[in-house]
Amino acid sequence: MMLAALTPIVEGALTDDGLQPRQKVAAIVFSVALLVVVVELVRRRKLREEYSVLWIVTAIGLLLLAWQYRLLTVFQQLFGIVEPQFALFFGALLFLVLIALQFSVRLSKLTYRNKFLTQRVALLHQEIEELRSRVDPDAASDAREEEP
Amino acid sequence: MSGPTVILIPACNEAERIGPVLDGIRRHAPGATVVVVDDGSRDGTAWVARERGAVVLSHPFNLGYGAALQTGYHYARRRGASRLVQLDADGQHDPASIPDLLAALDAGADLVLGSRFLRPEDTPRTSVLRRSASRMFAWIVTWWTHVEVTDPTSGFQALGERALELLVLDMFPDDYPDADMLITASRAGLRLDEVPARMHERLGGVSMHRGSRAAYYMFKMLLNLALLPVRRPSPFRGGRAVAAQRATQQEHTVRAG
Repeated sequence: MMLAALTPIVEGALTDDGLQPRQKVAAIVFSVALLVVVVELVRRRKLREEYSVLWIVTAIGLLLLAWQYRLLTVFQQLFGIVEPQFALFFGALLFLVLIALQFSVRLSKLTYRNKFLTQRVALLHQEIEELRSRVDPDAASDAREEEP
Repeated sequence: MSGPTVILIPACNEAERIGPVLDGIRRHAPGATVVVVDDGSRDGTAWVARERGAVVLSHPFNLGYGAALQTGYHYARRRGASRLVQLDADGQHDPASIPDLLAALDAGADLVLGSRFLRPEDTPRTSVLRRSASRMFAWIVTWWTHVEVTDPTSGFQALGERALELLVLDMFPDDYPDADMLITASRAGLRLDEVPARMHERLGGVSMHRGSRAAYYMFKMLLNLALLPVRRPSPFRGGRAVAAQRATQQEHTVRAG
């Protein structure tokens, strides 16, 4: 019953536009799969929420563009793109660029923090050695030997 | 009131060359605290330095020349040092010039450059390309700071308390602090000065300015210079950590006094 009711909608969605049905199905399957994988990674705590945002937006955006031909047309006109297939491709590329840029910014921040921590470790380690050698000179020189 | 003088030597895999440098420092700056920042060496640099009585700060992995310098600046500030001289571990910079740099610092400068170009006999052979790049940056720094600078890429420098305070901020680069840092320092109100310093050719090993690295270095310096007037402070300032460090430093000063 449910399926029978859905069939015209699905058929309509598959035939009303410039994308070939095969392309459309592939794009929709891909974006849904991406969405599922991203959500699953967040559920398993393998992907932090902050990094999932852009991925989820990408997956949903791609899904909408593939599903709603009118949206794709607007997008096409906005960028002066002739081929609808390329518009889809371009949309995905745009988001990938954003994601890559986000990663570069995060990496810069992590590099700062990494440097700061490394410097701090070096300073604290030296201070510990100095204090230890004051307390017990023999123990300190032993510890030095073991340093990596 | 003046704290100890720190002689700072950033070193990465310099075990074979750093020994004579440390001996030279003992001779020419006997009262100073010698600090070697071992930037992830794999050849026993730290061991050689410790054997000769230097304080050794070890990075567990290589961070870069600038980051190693900065670790030394942090150390100097934690110990309340009022003067710091930095020189390279490979024997390029002659420790005999240390007193000259310190004298310029005591005469009122905040940041003193040791220049190899002020006296003809100090100048070792360099390639035409390096020479002309150096000239260009010298011209830029001089034009911007109104201080006659001939050797802006010199790693042989002396820093006073105010310079140390500025250079521990995290806008200090990990790799090579040069012309752009001098201009930043000058804009922050520090007094720059330059004195002649004797330099030798490297005792061996590899120069840090080569090939694609040199090209990147030029690019980075030009980008930094172009952005200098509009640059914002770094978003990461180690916030709480810096405050904690200040507290530690005060503690040290109190204990010392």
